[in-house]
Amino acid sequence: MAKRCAFSLALLTLLGSSVAVAGPTLDAVKQRGYLKCGVSQGLAGFSTPNQQGEWTGLDVDYCRALAAAVFGDAGKVRFTPLSAKERFTALQSGEVDILSRNTTWTASRDTELGFDFVGVSFYDGQGFMVRKDLGVKSARELDGATICANAGTTTELNIADYFRTHGMKYRPVVFEKSDETVAAYDAGRCDVYTTDRSGLYAQRVKLKNPDAHVILPEVISKEPLGPLVRQGDPQWFDIAKWTLYVLIGAEELGLTSANVEQQRKSSQNPEVRRLLGAEGSFGQALGLPADWALQVVRQVGNYGEIFQRNLGGLPLNIERGQNALWTQGGLMYAPPFR
Amino acid sequence: MAALDPIGPPRRASSWRSPRLRAWLLQAALLAAVLGAVALMFGNALDNLARQGIASGFGFLSQPAGFGIETTLIEYSETSSYGRAFLVGLLNTLLVSAIGIVLATVLGFVIGVARLSPNALIRGWAYAYVELIRNVPLLLQIFFWYFAVLRPLPGPREAISLFDVAFLSNRGLQLPKPLPEDGFGWLVAALALGVVAALLVARWRRDGAGRRWPWTLAALLLPPAAVVLAVGWPLAWSVPELSRFNFHGGMTLTPEFVALVLALSLYTASFIAEIVRAGLQSVRRGQREAALALALPPRLVLRKVVLPQAMRVIVPPLTNQYLNLTKNSSLAAAIAYPDLVSVFAGTVLNQTGQAVEVISITMAVYLAISLAIAALMAWYNRRQALVER
Ligand SMILES: N[C@@H](CCC(=O)N[C@@H](CS)C(=O)NCC(=O)O)C(=O)O
Repeated sequence: MAKRCAFSLALLTLLGSSVAVAGPTLDAVKQRGYLKCGVSQGLAGFSTPNQQGEWTGLDVDYCRALAAAVFGDAGKVRFTPLSAKERFTALQSGEVDILSRNTTWTASRDTELGFDFVGVSFYDGQGFMVRKDLGVKSARELDGATICANAGTTTELNIADYFRTHGMKYRPVVFEKSDETVAAYDAGRCDVYTTDRSGLYAQRVKLKNPDAHVILPEVISKEPLGPLVRQGDPQWFDIAKWTLYVLIGAEELGLTSANVEQQRKSSQNPEVRRLLGAEGSFGQALGLPADWALQVVRQVGNYGEIFQRNLGGLPLNIERGQNALWTQGGLMYAPPFR
Repeated sequence: MAALDPIGPPRRASSWRSPRLRAWLLQAALLAAVLGAVALMFGNALDNLARQGIASGFGFLSQPAGFGIETTLIEYSETSSYGRAFLVGLLNTLLVSAIGIVLATVLGFVIGVARLSPNALIRGWAYAYVELIRNVPLLLQIFFWYFAVLRPLPGPREAISLFDVAFLSNRGLQLPKPLPEDGFGWLVAALALGVVAALLVARWRRDGAGRRWPWTLAALLLPPAAVVLAVGWPLAWSVPELSRFNFHGGMTLTPEFVALVLALSLYTASFIAEIVRAGLQSVRRGQREAALALALPPRLVLRKVVLPQAMRVIVPPLTNQYLNLTKNSSLAAAIAYPDLVSVFAGTVLNQTGQAVEVISITMAVYLAISLAIAALMAWYNRRQALVER
């Protein structure tokens, strides 16, 4: 119910006020004293509260990095858990300053919905999970299956496309909350659970008997996941974008949370010096302090560290794959800092 | 104004003093103010949307929806438009509401009458039902039916079979589906003809001596029998059959649908029962006593004397319950039943991002449905009221 209220409120703001309209977001955030970041309601490795009740995950760490960039303090951020269905209205209405919630970058979201995608923080693709005892080996055998998915996602659209192209039929059962989707699948309401493959790995941990399920080999879509902001505030867009690139660039340059302080003093590499604010006026151009990137890397780490901390280790054990640096066969690439 | 001005010499021309006109002007001013405020909000919203680069307008309704829906009363596929998806959701809402209203009414009347039964046991059960059901929040009851009752059912392969034609599993209730074949229309027409003939015969034989039921029955059955003889049995059945994942053929009542209908009708029935009880109790005892004194059989006393008078008290609050049930059906979104809120204000809103348009349409639709139900009930109420003398 609280969610419903939040939603109506969001709608009201959209109807009634003009404060929520894109403007100098940076000023608003600074004045408020903390960043408002929209995350998922609990997806292991991406955004989920740990035992101490602190938010952890790749999507969460990106927001921490952004807070470090703006305030020099990665702790100055508050997280708003949003369902797939609520997320866009929440961002449009100004309830959050940034959405970092395993959201796929698509053309229509970027243009019609009035957002700007900051970049890609995780390259993903949609997959299927089934019970092992069904004996299904390939997604092409799924004709006639009942499929559980989340409402308001690209997932919902991709299955429709996939089954249509292959002339197969399916019965969709779509829930608003992904916990409900997973529970329905676990209880046997559906034969198949489908979402981004990262989501499949993360949600499999929640099943009663994770080993009784397999993830099918097919990847049926491209799901570039990344943060997004409201359209129309170029400064805020730039800050968000370059925060992401700092994370990736730092990994390229070998800067880690452990060595970045010392590198700033000793490094002779001009790009490192520009990035860390020892030379040039990179921070000033964004309206940020000169040491903003230093703070980002010192407090949150580089992309590789974040990945390893949240996804690489147990229980998820997700490989870098496409998310490795471009120099190591992956797709992660930061434009030059100059 | 009027108070300050004593009844002076009559000035006919001053229409400003006519209270009627003043009332009108006031109303008009109020209406203008409300419309102005709405227009302002509307303009502001459009402004904001444009400034944020969010698409607006209703053009999206003709765009392809691109997602599937499990329960559809009309032809729908992934290539259908958002407008079509809207219709699917609307019809699903109307379906659960209509079935819910019928079931809740029947059950509510039975329990309402039982509440006043001379038999203490029946009275007790009816009382327990009302108190239990109306005091537990509806959402919890929906969850109860969905998660506690229907979820634990066995999978399709271990489905509970009813004579091998119907199957109950965690995928829902699979029923055989009638498939009309050539000549089915004739059969329906012949049945209708039979009913009309039977009614006529019954009326005609009423004053006559002798038994009338053989004649009536003959009149009822002859026309359809003739059709069946002529074209053969024009109805086939599609029986559900287990395939690799699910049942195929037949028709499916999904667990979401069943849970929603059960919860809505059981919940609303408890309120209707109280309304019926109040209505029955509002009829003076003298009425019943008089009817009995006239040697009317007790069965008829309720039907012919008490209920018709009680209906006048029952109908207005009953309307409220119907409206509540319809609006409550939007809780469907909580259990994945594809109703209007779930499909349109959920998926469509999210895929198009056009919150203002989608929510406005949804609200307007609920308003329209509610007004339609209210109008229908008002009409029925007027007819009931005429019975009064
Ligand atoms: N990437 C897709 C799907 C995103 C999505 O919502 N996935 C679900 C299932 S993995 C999820 O995030 N669930 C977590 C939650 O709702 O809190 C999109 O952007 O539409």
